[in-house]
Amino acid sequence: MYRIVRREALRPTVTLLEVEAPLIAKKARPGQFIILRVDEDGERIPLTIYNADAAKGTITIIFQIVGATTEKLNHKAEGEYLQDFVGPLGKATETEGRKKVCVVGGGVGCAIAYPVAKAFHECGTEVHTVVGFKNKDLVILEEDFRAVSDVMKLMTDDGTYGEKGLVTDALKQLIEAGNTYDEVFAIGPMMMMKFVSLTTKPYGLKTIVSMSPIMIDGTGMCGGCRISVGGETKFACVDGPDFDGHQVDWDLAVKRGAMYKEFERHAYEEACNLFKQEVK
Amino acid sequence: MANMSLKKNPMPSQEPDVRNKNFEEVALGYTEEQALDEAQRCLHCKNKPCMQGCPVMVHIPDFIAEVAKGDFEAAYQIISATSALPAVCGRVCPQESQCEKYCVRGVKGEPVGIGRLERFVADWHNAHCTEAAVKPASNGHKVAVVGSGPAGLTCAGDLARKGYEVTVFEALHLAGGVLVYGIPEFRLPKSIVQKEVDGLKAMGVKVETDMVIGRVLSIDELMEEYGFEAVFIGSGAGLPMFMHIPGENLCGVYSANEFLTRINLMKAYQPGSNTPIQHGRKVAVVGGGNVAMDAARCAKRLGADVHIVYRRGKDELPARREEVEHAEEEGIIFDLLTNPTEIMGDDKGDVCGMKCIRMELGEPDASGRRRPVEIAGSEFELDVDCVIMALGTSPNPLIKSTTKGLEINKKGGIIVNEDGLTSREGVYAGGDAVTGAATVILAMGAGKTAAKAIDEQLSK
Repeated sequence: MYRIVRREALRPTVTLLEVEAPLIAKKARPGQFIILRVDEDGERIPLTIYNADAAKGTITIIFQIVGATTEKLNHKAEGEYLQDFVGPLGKATETEGRKKVCVVGGGVGCAIAYPVAKAFHECGTEVHTVVGFKNKDLVILEEDFRAVSDVMKLMTDDGTYGEKGLVTDALKQLIEAGNTYDEVFAIGPMMMMKFVSLTTKPYGLKTIVSMSPIMIDGTGMCGGCRISVGGETKFACVDGPDFDGHQVDWDLAVKRGAMYKEFERHAYEEACNLFKQEVK
Repeated sequence: MANMSLKKNPMPSQEPDVRNKNFEEVALGYTEEQALDEAQRCLHCKNKPCMQGCPVMVHIPDFIAEVAKGDFEAAYQIISATSALPAVCGRVCPQESQCEKYCVRGVKGEPVGIGRLERFVADWHNAHCTEAAVKPASNGHKVAVVGSGPAGLTCAGDLARKGYEVTVFEALHLAGGVLVYGIPEFRLPKSIVQKEVDGLKAMGVKVETDMVIGRVLSIDELMEEYGFEAVFIGSGAGLPMFMHIPGENLCGVYSANEFLTRINLMKAYQPGSNTPIQHGRKVAVVGGGNVAMDAARCAKRLGADVHIVYRRGKDELPARREEVEHAEEEGIIFDLLTNPTEIMGDDKGDVCGMKCIRMELGEPDASGRRRPVEIAGSEFELDVDCVIMALGTSPNPLIKSTTKGLEINKKGGIIVNEDGLTSREGVYAGGDAVTGAATVILAMGAGKTAAKAIDEQLSK
């Protein structure tokens, strides 16, 4: 059992949890993830590590409520326990040896983009960041990003905060303004990562994406998370989660991601019913 | 006077048409009367040929003699002196190619039902014996076991009995390895596995779940920082193989490992489960081993019409004979001498069919089995909406890639000597991590061998 030492509602549907897991905290690197189960009957879900504090022995995760399990997770209070917490899983993001990069985060994906941007920053890399949200109410980690960015663009789809537009618009502007990057790192919804990859492709800019397919064990034993990269099948949990965005078969990844949509919808309704809430 | 019936006492089981709709255990086990009667069939041969077929050398005629006397607890003590998991082995061992293969009664008629008797004895003990296991006095030595499958549990049990302080590290949230994620409830109730694990805990074995060795801690750290004097790697062969044919990544194509993990470990078959699984209308399971039978019978229980698609013939099916029979009785259709060439998908990315080709058996290959050869022009389409690949597994590369100096062979198996010792001092390995996918009892045998070698090394 893993104790929740801090819970903070960042936004109405976005929550931060700091969990006691000293062994994982000692080993975790940016880009790696954990798998957790909320309770004894729970499913296993992967969440990327937002912060690892080796001295305190804690791992922090940020998640958005999107379904039954994240809904249940959101109802865990400080001092309560999670049933299972496994990690660090996956390969760490490579952040060394880059002169100038652009980190693109979308929505709750920013929680994952941030530690990567921070790691680049700490390597002495010039870091440009583009973070995008649906609207003002969903903006997270703005100050965190500012602290590690040489240039930062904050976008909202509806223009209620920052600049109006998509992350791809801002990225294109930066490139058109003459910025060259050793690497663009993108993390967010599958569609966003796909379009970031499409945006950078004509410029021949190396683009790394952090894939988030369906996972069960997260240790390479089932292949539930397999994706096609450059025509080869890869297991995202052990070969990734980072891959070359120009090589990923996006259509396949999107379809596989939607495989259990109906079941998920139903489970979410039941979970909300349990907490007497409206389905968002 | 021995019971000279040529036939084994049949095993009471659920009716095929009832059991193929539930996940409860198929075989119900002998009653005391049936066990006594079956035990009388043993001739107590002087040279005990049956024992050579048992990888952990259970003293078979001795325990059967106790069953025949009606002293079931004494029988249990004899079995458990050499076997850590009798309730499991009695259920899942392929006895026809092990102990029962060598039984003299099998020369004319059926061999003694050794597996069924072992199962009876273990179940009887579990139902009647409430005495807590005695925790042996510690000898002060610490040993780590990586993986809680049959190899690891056996190794841990043997060492704990000798007073070692054993910690088992398991990556998943439940201990048992293939016994909990792979073999279905209807063949091996999970409560039995839990009981065996609890038994080990009562003997002082620590079981640490959620611990992916190679990620959270390395083998080197276990030895250098945590003071384990020896490590046994029983991490199994959990890496699923695929065919590399077109369409293999469509929605509705599962590895058997994924399908079975969702069902067995995550209980996706239960209505209230939080883990989803596709309930196919028509399912093809590709492969012919025990895993293929398990996956097929699970899919059947989820309501599908199920085909086993296997490239060789019935005689070549590697599955346990009893599982093949059970599958046939439950209505699984066998498409033998058939090989898939492509999985077809609709515009949503879901499976909507599978192209197959008929095969014939040609010359024997290096393994001595006749090689299947495609029959030109025999292509046909199978109407399916779910495909489960049960082609075998290979050792997971995580441990080898994070342990320096650990030698492995071309197939990814850890190289060991006859004692189970790897190329690293103090590091032993056994089970599927060494051999690639094999059987529960062979893994147990390897765990046993390594425990003996570790004991010899540390008690020097």
